[in-house]
Amino acid sequence: MNIIYIIIAIILILLIAIILIYNHLVTLNNRCNNAWSQIDNQLKRRYDLIPNLIEVTKGYANHERQTLVETVNKRVQTNNLSEIAKESEEVSKGVKKLLAVAESYPDLKANELFKNLQIELTGTEDKIAFARQFYNDSVQDFNTAIEIFPNNILANILNYKSKNYFKVKENERNQVKINL
Amino acid sequence: MILKEVRKNKTKTIFIITLFVIFVSLCVYFLSYIFFKDVFIAVFFGLVFSIITALVSYYNSDQMILSINNARPATREEFLQLNVSLEAICIAAGLPKPKLYVMDTDALNAFATGRNPDHAVICVTSGLIKKLDKYEMEGVLAHELSHIKNYDILVSTVAIIMVGFVSIIADIASRSLYFKNSDDNKNPILLVIGLLMLILSPIFANLLKLAVSRNREYLADAQAAEITRNKEGLINALKKIDEDEVQMTNINKATESLFIASPFKNKERDSLFSTHPNTKNRIKKLENIK
Repeated sequence: MNIIYIIIAIILILLIAIILIYNHLVTLNNRCNNAWSQIDNQLKRRYDLIPNLIEVTKGYANHERQTLVETVNKRVQTNNLSEIAKESEEVSKGVKKLLAVAESYPDLKANELFKNLQIELTGTEDKIAFARQFYNDSVQDFNTAIEIFPNNILANILNYKSKNYFKVKENERNQVKINL
Repeated sequence: MILKEVRKNKTKTIFIITLFVIFVSLCVYFLSYIFFKDVFIAVFFGLVFSIITALVSYYNSDQMILSINNARPATREEFLQLNVSLEAICIAAGLPKPKLYVMDTDALNAFATGRNPDHAVICVTSGLIKKLDKYEMEGVLAHELSHIKNYDILVSTVAIIMVGFVSIIADIASRSLYFKNSDDNKNPILLVIGLLMLILSPIFANLLKLAVSRNREYLADAQAAEITRNKEGLINALKKIDEDEVQMTNINKATESLFIASPFKNKERDSLFSTHPNTKNRIKKLENIK
């Protein structure tokens, strides 16, 4: 009789443990997905803003502008994270340079449209950097969680694989500071 | 390490709240020891009363506090940079964007309120918008977002209930002194200790509440540094706020602990009675991070 109770207790404890681990893993997985969609949103937002920047800088610094417009308009069709990250960084640089070029024209600098666009664009750059930071932190938590014992058993059953980082350049935040 | 600092602060808060609970239980114990008759009814009414008050303030606190402090909404049209900065910091913290308000005063300050991340408000003064650069403002916003993320508003609500409860118990104790029969034979030493404790209890309770509030400031500072990955922003903002001489007017004393720095510019240093740790200490702690 006693043995049956002990077995039931052990099964219950195991069941609770499995439920807790399962919920933990699913939460972390969802957080990564949400974090990724946040990056995606901000990248799209930037692509929506770029035509305005091109429009507003028309007629200024034409020879410099032409090459920058080409960089800024780049868009790769791929699901490879490191390639998206690389492209995103190039576009970032292009946008910042284009903004910096525009800054040297006093009448453009005083333009209300340009001022707002500048705030929105540098803000979007910040958001991309922060979204990337949040995504990479979430991925780190997730990858650690599915590797440790006993989570790894459940992770294998759920077919959870470790996720790729959205590669960050170390001094990204400082660069933003210089260009402002 | 930031995480170590955060954990240390969380442990401290739990410790202080435990102390609080023990303290309240002791008060109730002494009260029932000294005046056994009818005490439970009194305690029950006290409890019901403070819970109702706490619930009402819990659900309306943000609107009450905003109107007390004369705040108005900061629209995206009028304060584009501020809104954009807040959106960016929210992404970094993984929180929904709280409502943003502005107080029209030259004083430098900010506060957060609301009951959870989905019903949260951040309010900054117009002086702060003028005087801080983008990175300093990000530090301040991240500090306020940390308060929201940590449910500090809940912690202070709990603290306020307990302070209220202890005060009510002390009040009952001093009132019922008049009606006490002196014929029962109780340990006189325990009686004296109990009476002293009950009389002094509101002061102790307030001190504990303030200790919680000071700890939560350090915690929010550390988390702000973690969110922005740029502690210099918050350090410089704190320096500017500390050096600024403009006093805030029309501020209700009860809302003092909500602000990023005490709005009352009293120069006393990290005393037992301050809601905020001394700014120099906060800067020192921030500089020690990492």
